[in-house]
Amino acid sequence: MKETPLSNCERRFLLRAIEEKKRLDGRQTYDYRNIKISFGTDYGCCIVELGKTRVLGQVSCELVSPKLNRATEGILFFNLELSQMAAPAFEPGRQSDLLVKLNRLLERCLRNSKCIDTESLCVVAGEKVWQIRVDLHLLNHDGNIIDAASIAAIVALSHFRRPDVSVQGDEVTLYTPEERDPVPLSIHHMPICVSFAFFQQGTYLLVDPNEREERVMDGLLVIAMNKHREICTIQSSGGIMLLKDQVLRCSKIAGVKVAEITELIQKALENDQKVRKEGGKFGFAESIANQRITAFKMEKAPVDTSDVEEKAEEIIAEAEPPSEVVSKPVLWTTGTAQIGEGIENFWGDLEDSGKEDEDEGGSDEAIILDSIKMDTGVEVPNIGSQDAPIVLSDSEEEEMIILEPDKNPKKIRTQTISAKQEKAPSKKPVKKRKKKRAAN
Amino acid sequence: MAGLELLSDQGYRVDGRRAGELRKIQARMGVFAQADGSAYIEQGNTKALAVVYGPHEIRGSRARALPDRALVNCQYSSATFSTGERKRRPHGDRKSCEMGLQLRQTFEAAILTQLHPRSQIDIYVQVLQADGGTYAACVNAATLAVLDAGIPMRDFVCACSAGFVDGTALADLSHVEEAAGGPQLALALLPAAGQIALLEMDARLHEDHLEQVLEAAAQAARDVHTLLDRVVRQHVCEASILLGD
Repeated sequence: MKETPLSNCERRFLLRAIEEKKRLDGRQTYDYRNIKISFGTDYGCCIVELGKTRVLGQVSCELVSPKLNRATEGILFFNLELSQMAAPAFEPGRQSDLLVKLNRLLERCLRNSKCIDTESLCVVAGEKVWQIRVDLHLLNHDGNIIDAASIAAIVALSHFRRPDVSVQGDEVTLYTPEERDPVPLSIHHMPICVSFAFFQQGTYLLVDPNEREERVMDGLLVIAMNKHREICTIQSSGGIMLLKDQVLRCSKIAGVKVAEITELIQKALENDQKVRKEGGKFGFAESIANQRITAFKMEKAPVDTSDVEEKAEEIIAEAEPPSEVVSKPVLWTTGTAQIGEGIENFWGDLEDSGKEDEDEGGSDEAIILDSIKMDTGVEVPNIGSQDAPIVLSDSEEEEMIILEPDKNPKKIRTQTISAKQEKAPSKKPVKKRKKKRAAN
Repeated sequence: MAGLELLSDQGYRVDGRRAGELRKIQARMGVFAQADGSAYIEQGNTKALAVVYGPHEIRGSRARALPDRALVNCQYSSATFSTGERKRRPHGDRKSCEMGLQLRQTFEAAILTQLHPRSQIDIYVQVLQADGGTYAACVNAATLAVLDAGIPMRDFVCACSAGFVDGTALADLSHVEEAAGGPQLALALLPAAGQIALLEMDARLHEDHLEQVLEAAAQAARDVHTLLDRVVRQHVCEASILLGD
C-alpha cells in the first residue's frame, strides 16, 4: 500500500508546534519516549519498545569455517527486517532504500566498533569459529527505528548464551546446555544510537522523533555512542546542511542520553538474571499482564492541562462572534445539493443561451416551489424566499407551465418528479434562473 | 596490522606525508564527449570517474517526477579490479547501494534542483582504483562532472576523509591507514558557508577528539576546494581558447 500522504494542515501544525518547542505527545525537545525491555524464555531473545515502536531481536549461533583473510576471528552477521505488520507502507519489494540505510548503519555501529570480541569466538583457528547471527524484526513503526533496533541488538547480544566448547588436541566437543551451562559473549562496550531530527533547515532539533515528526523533518543525524563517551558512528542523512557546532552539541546530548539508556539496559538484564536464578517465571508471556486491558490503551501524555479552562475562556471572551452565514442549499436532484456558488463558470460564455441570460438580468434569482415532496421523503419547509431550497433541473424533457394568478404564464423547465409539485398557493414572485447554473 | 606505525615520532605517515597533508590530486574535466558532463580525478592512487547526464525527462515511471524539483539519481560502482583482491560484485551489493544513497543525498542538497522541475539528473560514478578515501574521490569527481554539465550548484562540494592516530588527526587516509581499524571520518563540505552536506564516521573515537578530527577534515576539504577551483578555471580557459574567444 502506498503511504497516505501527510496533509498540509497537519504538516503546518507540526512545524508550528515545533517552533514553539511543543511536541504532540508533550515531551521536551531532548526527551526520549518510554523504553521497555522484555526478554523471552530462550537466551538471546528480547523485545524493545520505544514508545510504540517495537523491535524483536533474536541471536543465534553456529559453528562454521572462518573467512579466509580472518582465520582467527568469529563472524558477526546482522540483519534488520521491516516486517509488513510494522506499517502499511512496508511491502516486500518496496523498502530497499530505507532497508539498506538501516542495515548499513547497524552494521557499522555494531561491527566496526568492535563491541563484541570476535577473537574469543574462535574455536579452532582456521577451521571452526562461531558465527553469531543477530536477526532484528520491526514489529511496529512509530518512528525512530534505528534507536530501537540498536538497543534491541545490543540487549539481545548481552542476553545471549552460547554453548560451551572444549578443544582437546584435534577433538572439539560441543556441550549441550544440559551438560554445561552456556557461556555469555564477551562484550566490550554497548554502542547505542541516538537520533536527532532537524527542522526548518537546521534551526530546530528534536531527539527521538516519532513517526509524524519524521515525516516533516528535513534530515536526520544519528550518533552512536557508548557510556564511556566514545563515538562509534556518526551518520547524517536527508540532505540537511549542518554546521560543526551543531554536530558537537548533538554529540554532547547523545552522551547524556546514552548513559541513561545503558543504565536502563543493565537494570533490565539484572532483573531477568535474578528472575531466572530464583526460578521464577520468565518470558514474553509473563511480561504481558493478565486480566488487564492492553489494546486501545493510551498512555498519559505529559501535557500540562491545569490552566486550560482559564485559557479557553479567555480566548472565547476575546474572540468576535462568528458572522452570520446563511446557507442556501440548491437541490439539483434527489440527494444532490449545492451550497454556495463555487467559482465562476465560464462555459456559459461560449453558448448563445448564456448571452440571453446576461441580457435578461443577472440577479440571483431562481424558481421557488413550495411544499415539494421529494422522493427521499424530506419535507421542504416554507422558510422564505431567500432560504427555501431551490430545485433546478438538468433534464430538458418536460416542460411544465405554472400558472400564476397575477403574472403571465412562463415556460419553465422542471424535472419529471416535479409532477408532484403543487401550484404555489401564495403569491411569490417567480424568479428566473440562470441557464448558466443549469449547465453545472 | 601490528607493528606498522601509522605516525612516526618525527610526524611522518606511512607514505611520507605529514599529518594534515593531502595526497596529490590531479583532475580533468570533459573526458567523455558523449555525456553531458564528465570528470576524472586521481587522489594519490585512488582513481575515480564520474559521468553526468541531464537534466532530462524522467525515465521509467512518470509517477516519480517531483512537481517542483529535479530528481537526482546516483549510482556507484567500483570495478572488480579496483581492490587488492578481485571483487565479485561490482554493483548491487549493500555497500554500493549505500554509497549511491549517500551521493544522492549530498548532491540533492547542493544542486539547485528547483530550476529543473519534473526532470532527472543522473550521476554515475565508477571507481577504477581504490586506495582509501573512495567516497571523497567520488564526490569530488561528481562535483567536477556536474560543473562540466553546466548544472547550477550552490557551491562546490568538496569531500575528504580524516582519521585519528596517537592524539593527532590525519587528513586524507590511504587504504593502509583505513585498514588499520582506527576511527575514520568522511566529510562533504560546501566551503563558502562551511556547511556540512554529509558526515559519516566509523569506529570508536572519544567525544573530546571529535572537534579536532572535524576541523582537520574541514580544512582538508577546503584545500581540495582550492585545487578543484584551479582545475575548473583552467578547463574554462582551455575551452575558451578553443572557441577562439
